[in-house]
Amino acid sequence: MTVTRVDKDVDHLTLTLVADFTAPVEQVWRLWADPRQLERWWGPPGYPATFEEHDLTPGGGVRYCMTGPEGEKFGGWWRISSVTPPTVLEFTDGFSGEDGTPDPEMPTTSVTMTLTGRDGGTRMELRSVFDTREQMERLAEMGMVEGLSQSVAQMDAVLAG
Amino acid sequence: MVVDGMADESAETVDRLFHALADATRRDIVRRCVRGELSVSRLAAAYPMSFAAVQKHVTVLERAGLVTKERRGREQLVRTDPDAVGRARQALDELESAWRARVDRMSGLLAEDAGTAGGPGAPARDADTDENTDENTTEGADG
Repeated sequence: MTVTRVDKDVDHLTLTLVADFTAPVEQVWRLWADPRQLERWWGPPGYPATFEEHDLTPGGGVRYCMTGPEGEKFGGWWRISSVTPPTVLEFTDGFSGEDGTPDPEMPTTSVTMTLTGRDGGTRMELRSVFDTREQMERLAEMGMVEGLSQSVAQMDAVLAG
Repeated sequence: MVVDGMADESAETVDRLFHALADATRRDIVRRCVRGELSVSRLAAAYPMSFAAVQKHVTVLERAGLVTKERRGREQLVRTDPDAVGRARQALDELESAWRARVDRMSGLLAEDAGTAGGPGAPARDADTDENTDENTTEGADG
């Protein structure tokens, strides 16, 4: 298992995830720092991401767009608060409308990503905090609706068979 | 909530739910009404369709049990109202599965790069994992 620990703190709206990779720190850092690599893992399968802006400097921004299987567009942005290559990246992660402008109605999370060398490999610790409880609940609701759509679609296929 | 009881539901209920969620406008109505109740007229202003069309969408959602509708004065107020604690946990679960999937893809890319070194998905060092196992046990306890 690459993910070695997960902690969910409902009271503090925080997810902490620890993952261990066999690759060295510099190589794991490149997954974040090189937009061509980032777009190969950021979005789910079937939703290829294109990073149109990728400026990993304090105050800098990242803008990306994912395209769904039916051509639907999902935009997102990061605002970089702190960066110490090749070990620390802190940013706010949010959603955009189709035109790429940040959507204030959508939830944002504050992400702290830390890489530590470990026996020739790399430990990645990721902490993601919802900025408000209201936003967290909103994301849950979206997830619930999408998840429900999928499970209902699967059920429908079973029932039809 | 809705998901839990679904295994026992009749095919008719599943059909109703599927039908309700199969439409983008209706999914959007469910999202909008999570943050608090909204009147049908306010919802109608948000979409390029008539009041009657939006009202029809709301009725479909109401029948599927996804929203409740309450009349107050001249207004009909629509609300999506699942259990708050469930929502918080759900949000963190969502975030967790998104990040787990990302880590898997990162691992895959790193393995591609490494070629012969290590092999795909190989754990960093088995000897190091023992210190984490205690914390793992707390994960399932909150279900």
